[in-house]
Amino acid sequence: MKRFIARRLIQGVVLLFMVATIVFFLGRLTGNPVDLMLPEDATAEDRAALVKTLGLDEPLLDQFVIFVGKAAQGDLGQSIRMKQPAAEAFFNRLPNTLVLIPWALLLGMALGIPLGVLAALNRGGLLDRFAGTVAVLGVAMPSFWLGVLLIFVFSVELGWLPSSRMGGPEHYVLPVITLGTFLVAGFMRITRSAMLEVMESEFVKLARIKGLSETTVIWKHCLRNALIPVLTLWGVFVGNLITGAIVTETVFAWPGIGRLTYEAVIYRDYPLLQAVIILKSILILTINLGVDILYAYVDPRIRLT
Amino acid sequence: MSDSAETILDVRDLHTHFFLRRGVVKAVDGVSFTLRKGEVLGLVGESGCGKSLTALSVMRLLPKGAARTVQGEIVLDGENILKRTPSQMREIRGRKISMVLQDPQTSLNPVFTIGDQLREALVRRAPAKLKEIIKQAVAALRRVDIAAPEQRIGQYPHQMSGGMKQRVVGAIAISGEPEVLIADEPTTALDVTIQLQYLKLLKRLQRENGMAILFITHDFGVVARMCDRVAVMYAGRIVECGPVKQIFEAPSHPYTRALIASVPKMTGTRGRLTAIDGQPPSLMNLPAGCRFASRCAHVEPRCLEAYPGTTQIGADHTADCWKIGSI
Repeated sequence: MKRFIARRLIQGVVLLFMVATIVFFLGRLTGNPVDLMLPEDATAEDRAALVKTLGLDEPLLDQFVIFVGKAAQGDLGQSIRMKQPAAEAFFNRLPNTLVLIPWALLLGMALGIPLGVLAALNRGGLLDRFAGTVAVLGVAMPSFWLGVLLIFVFSVELGWLPSSRMGGPEHYVLPVITLGTFLVAGFMRITRSAMLEVMESEFVKLARIKGLSETTVIWKHCLRNALIPVLTLWGVFVGNLITGAIVTETVFAWPGIGRLTYEAVIYRDYPLLQAVIILKSILILTINLGVDILYAYVDPRIRLT
Repeated sequence: MSDSAETILDVRDLHTHFFLRRGVVKAVDGVSFTLRKGEVLGLVGESGCGKSLTALSVMRLLPKGAARTVQGEIVLDGENILKRTPSQMREIRGRKISMVLQDPQTSLNPVFTIGDQLREALVRRAPAKLKEIIKQAVAALRRVDIAAPEQRIGQYPHQMSGGMKQRVVGAIAISGEPEVLIADEPTTALDVTIQLQYLKLLKRLQRENGMAILFITHDFGVVARMCDRVAVMYAGRIVECGPVKQIFEAPSHPYTRALIASVPKMTGTRGRLTAIDGQPPSLMNLPAGCRFASRCAHVEPRCLEAYPGTTQIGADHTADCWKIGSI
């Protein structure tokens, strides 16, 4: 297990370097931040001065080397627009994103897993088809569309729920539904297929031979095995939620890191964009490692190898 | 085994069919046999002849949706269990009738410990305090010759060898002290050296519990070692049934003869292995007459026209053939 973790950490460092390289050069394709920061009638001298303070006058490769060198020491640079360390801006916003994730996951699992089990039990039946429809809808509806639709119905027409910004519990409802719908579909599909496979197993037959009740056979013997692939999805989804909340957070003006990413791109805030992407990557790598370790607890066969 | 021994399981004219889109597969098509208290009855036949499906029909654990028992009676200890509801069947399974499956590698749930899986079965028999149940579980493992059962109880299936797992499966299967145990090729997946150990174990448990065993196999060597009587199955039917000694010494049905002739011998001249020519008939499209007719050396017109009735040969020996006594 220790060797496994060590190997994964080394892989992670290599991966982070690749991410940093890509985001550095790709970010620069968005244009020049100086154009956005100075008024249109600014003189050429003003521009040159600003470019120099931002360190953008050096050759691109030199800039890259400086960036990587500093990043390796933990300094991800200053946000051009927010006038504070980019990492600080990220960590200020991170909690706002993280508070949404558990609720979205909870919604996804609380509906998706039981629905998947029931769909498997009623294979080909009415309930299975209903669950299939839910799955297609959940995957097919883009979050910007679903978010706007929810705002239109529940905020504008019915006036039940607030449409934007953070606040009390009522502010969470619509963003969580928007994020969770996709998860319901995902959890339901993977649970269904895993259950169908497990239900054919010989050990399920033996459980029935013992005379166990159907409830025990399905919800204990089958589901515990079916949860192994579900857990894999968990890692992917948490990663998606952290990185993919950009659209949802923008629609609901939610001040999390998704919206911060969006702002960094719009304002061509290179240091911020680089910091956000790198820190997100670190977060995802950590989560994936965590999920792999968690596997060991669900599946004893992994624990001992 | 005396003739007057009491019948514990009586299967009469059992028909279990698969309903597929392509048609109906008559995998079990008119199987009848009796199992007496405390005896071991072998059920032999080649792959796909319906042995395992007969067993699953008796357990009432047919694959959902695909297969269904359409006709017949399964009388276990005086009651027709085909008439029992699913919840009544759960009471019967494990306590009156139990089963050991073929592949020990997949018979145990990989995510629960041996102790957990044994406990579930023990609690059902007699609910007791956890400590007491654990004691019983240790005793159950010791009974199937598992060394250091106190440690094994906290282990997972993947930490055990195939032979050990199969013994655990055995312990689970008999934990409810069933009167009938169905063993569906329990040694096929085991190493040859382990096979013999397992057969001896089964035999010992059978003596201790006085249970009857329906032993499914395709191996006549195993039949000779294990069984009191043997039923030979071919294409969904039992074609010959009788005491092991008689079947070996004087097989009556041409299929049984061919089967016994094809068992390789260690003694005498070494020659080519004997095989039965041809293929068994398609279970989707069974012939009107004898099912073995197309491969039989003694076939004559009436064999193709109608299925032969069951002929009594000895006191306890029957066969389904038109030409009993003339071949």
